[in-house]
Amino acid sequence: MCAHAPTNKKVGSKAPRTAMPEQDPRQRVRNFSEVTTGYTPEMALAEAQRCLQCKKPLCRKGCPVEIDIPGFIAPILEGDLDKAYKVLRDTNSLPAVCGRVCPQETQCEGACILGKKGEPVAIGRLERFVADTFMAKDACEEITGTQACTLEREDLKVACIGGGPSSLTVAGYLSALGIKVHVFEALHEVGGVLVYGIPEFRLPKAIVRREIDAMRALGVEFHTNWVGGKTITVDDLKAQGFNAIFIGVGAGLPKFLRVPGENLIGVFSANEYLTRVNLGRAYEFPKSDTPAYTGKNVVVFGAGNVAMDAARTAMRLGADKVSIAYRRTENEMPARLEELHHAKDEGLELLCLHAPIEFKGDEKGWLKSIVLQKMQLGEPDESGRCSPVACDGQFCEIPCDMAVIAVGTGSNPLIGQTTPGLELNKWGYIVVNEETGETSIPNVYAGGDIVTGAATVISAMGAGRRAAKEIAKRLLG
Amino acid sequence: MPSKIVRKRSLIPGQTSELVLDAPQIAAKAKPGNFVILRVCENGERIPLTIADTDKQAGTITIVYLVLGKTTAHLETLKEGDEIVDLCGPLGKDTDIHKMDGPVICVGGGTGIAAMHHIAKGHHMAGNRVITVIGARSKDLLLFYDELSKFADEVLVSTNDGSFGVQGMVTDLLKDRLESDTTVAEVVAVGPVPMMEAVARVTKPFGVKTTVSLNSIMVDGIGMCGACRVSVGGKTKFACVDGPEFDGQEVDFKELGSRLQAFKTMEQISYEEFKKSHVCTCSNK
Ligand SMILES: Cc1cc2nc3c(=O)[nH]c(=O)nc-3n(C[C@H](O)[C@H](O)[C@H](O)COP(=O)(O)OP(=O)(O)OC[C@H]3O[C@@H](n4cnc5c(N)ncnc54)[C@H](O)[C@@H]3O)c2cc1C
Ligand SMILES: Cc1cc2nc3c(=O)[nH]c(=O)nc-3n(C[C@H](O)[C@H](O)[C@H](O)COP(=O)(O)OP(=O)(O)OC[C@H]3O[C@@H](n4cnc5c(N)ncnc54)[C@H](O)[C@@H]3O)c2cc1C
Ligand code: SF4
Ligand code: FES
Repeated sequence: MCAHAPTNKKVGSKAPRTAMPEQDPRQRVRNFSEVTTGYTPEMALAEAQRCLQCKKPLCRKGCPVEIDIPGFIAPILEGDLDKAYKVLRDTNSLPAVCGRVCPQETQCEGACILGKKGEPVAIGRLERFVADTFMAKDACEEITGTQACTLEREDLKVACIGGGPSSLTVAGYLSALGIKVHVFEALHEVGGVLVYGIPEFRLPKAIVRREIDAMRALGVEFHTNWVGGKTITVDDLKAQGFNAIFIGVGAGLPKFLRVPGENLIGVFSANEYLTRVNLGRAYEFPKSDTPAYTGKNVVVFGAGNVAMDAARTAMRLGADKVSIAYRRTENEMPARLEELHHAKDEGLELLCLHAPIEFKGDEKGWLKSIVLQKMQLGEPDESGRCSPVACDGQFCEIPCDMAVIAVGTGSNPLIGQTTPGLELNKWGYIVVNEETGETSIPNVYAGGDIVTGAATVISAMGAGRRAAKEIAKRLLG
Repeated sequence: MPSKIVRKRSLIPGQTSELVLDAPQIAAKAKPGNFVILRVCENGERIPLTIADTDKQAGTITIVYLVLGKTTAHLETLKEGDEIVDLCGPLGKDTDIHKMDGPVICVGGGTGIAAMHHIAKGHHMAGNRVITVIGARSKDLLLFYDELSKFADEVLVSTNDGSFGVQGMVTDLLKDRLESDTTVAEVVAVGPVPMMEAVARVTKPFGVKTTVSLNSIMVDGIGMCGACRVSVGGKTKFACVDGPEFDGQEVDFKELGSRLQAFKTMEQISYEEFKKSHVCTCSNK
């Protein structure tokens, strides 16, 4: 836009929602850099001006951890980003992450009053702006306001098993109170799904690392390559004098479709594919050693965030065509709206109302095609969504040399098997007291996906926070 | 956590080596049948290797590897005192070891002999009579003969060229033994896929329990990726958490064999690149 832009631009709440700058789709499908590039200070100011500063902010109710949303937006207007960050950080220990990956349209923004008639305030984008502005500062100072951190209560120590957002929240909360926290992560990098699942182009790993470094500066100790239940058990941790133990191991057991040919070469779980690419940095192969398969004709099964991530990763790794095969229609897709739009802009094809029947391969075991059955929408099921019903006898076979299965995950049995007395429900998830997060074993807590099943970053963080509060209450009185 | 190489021993020069790694917490927990996943360097791939032995007092574990591609070749360039960046374990289910009435025959091929060593030792400690059967193409390629001789009640050897032991295959020795001894309680086989498949074929008519340790491709090793899935008795199992040991009669070896080829082209690219960049720096030979 030229310098003499029209001056009759709408301001405040009447102004249109400030667009998020992003890389050109044709360019970005060839790289792993972040798709959206973030607000400039001017954009953030314009967007912050749209907020009505409601007395009874509906947005806050929509947020699973009830961030004081008007409270962090107001200081943006005054240019006091330090204050804005502190308000955010009060309830959310990973704002740069949440600003990027939370499904805002169904949470805070979905509840924002402005959304009733027009477009809601872009709360997530503002959250990201504030957090990113802070990323440049000293890690410890940014949280506590002091440069050097000392642990006041060296005698108290808490262990977290698993290094995902739920555990990181426990660690952030308790270490800020001076309690020593040790995090035991099975993989070689801490961050959980944030580092092994969600791709670089949506959540740069540098941002996650930065948040983790901030916790390290607070005195949190991270132990990678420690498998809970194998290298160290809950009983071992108790014997080592840990005052409380939090289990946040996520729900990473991949589900398969249970159709013939599923073990052919070229059929992957989303977890394997994404772990190879993200944790193993296969997109830098052969500079990094972990290979990822590059299919030409890729079909992804499922339509959630995981499926979108796998599909968009396959595009970036050089597939000619990537389709999402889904039993229902676009309206029922559970992925974040923004991700679906981004994926379509990048050339993703939707193969709605199709269900997998069989994977076919050549004599050497390599995937060659898939057989799909046509579906139609029937009556709503218990989830409220229209159920897919098979159209009798209507099949099609399409060529496909790589398939990714992203139809959900289940609970990993490792911890359950090695922790006597830990109560699990019939799906293998850990049973907790909803208010405190405590499990059937006293002073052993759990939260995040291993309690709820695959959910969201913010809900895992909410669970971490609840448990941390309870732990702090018991330890500090 | 990083782990230091305490000792290195070349078993077959340029091809197979043994490393003793400083890993007290893994040594404390490791049981026969377990494996570790390691990363040699920052850009490295996670690869699984069996724990061939442990020394709980010294806090060390032993691994034996065959140089196959990039990662194992890189590992081979390291010296005593060097560190590998990541070592994770012990992983996998422990071998089912209990006192049995008859002898256990432990069959090993190639680097599988090292894995078999830990299992055989476990059976020996449990008071079982242990017959080990090992094979290689020729005498120079035979691993762990001395180590096994220390505790095994018998060590039977076959070489393809007859340079040591009996000329032929381990399966020939196994078959002879099963024919002459009906008290055998279990057969354990660790080695290349075709060997394990052949062992299962030999034991089938005898109805002897046959355990094989599968080497499917792995990524995380804790049951989260599904890369290691194998068909056992028509069901999909994850070798890293449900195994790596399974009933040899139930395993779909054809599928396992083909799945091991999945990344072949890329593995070659990776190895070639490595050889180019590692012309003269690596060896102290
Ligand atoms: C590809 C993908 C995309 C997603 N996109 C979004 C999104 O856009 N927005 C959103 O809100 N949510 C998204 N989610 C969901 C979200 O990431 C999860 O709900 C959230 O990460 C759960 O946090 P957690 O702490 O419970 O577990 P996780 O993040 O799963 O972390 C668990 C950690 O524990 C470790 N672990 C497992 N077992 C052991 C053990 N025995 N010992 C030690 N460590 C162990 C794991 O290695 C892992 O690091 C996505 C998930 C995936 C897979
Ligand atoms: C439970 C288990 C225990 C094992 N124990 C031993 C052992 O004690 N000694 C030993 O020499 N080897 C062992 N292996 C095999 C070993 O992991 C592979 O030889 C190694 O990964 C090869 O890596 P590379 O980069 O050198 O070769 P690459 O060039 O990457 O691969 C060569 C071949 O190794 C196999 N392979 C490649 N990547 C993997 C992977 N991530 N996981 C498993 N297999 C892979 C494939 O068949 C491939 O064709 C074990 C495998 C498993 C699953
Ligand atoms: S509901 Fe919308 S307008 Fe009101 S305070 Fe929240 S973000 Fe601002
Ligand atoms: S290696 Fe990932 S599930 Fe077994």
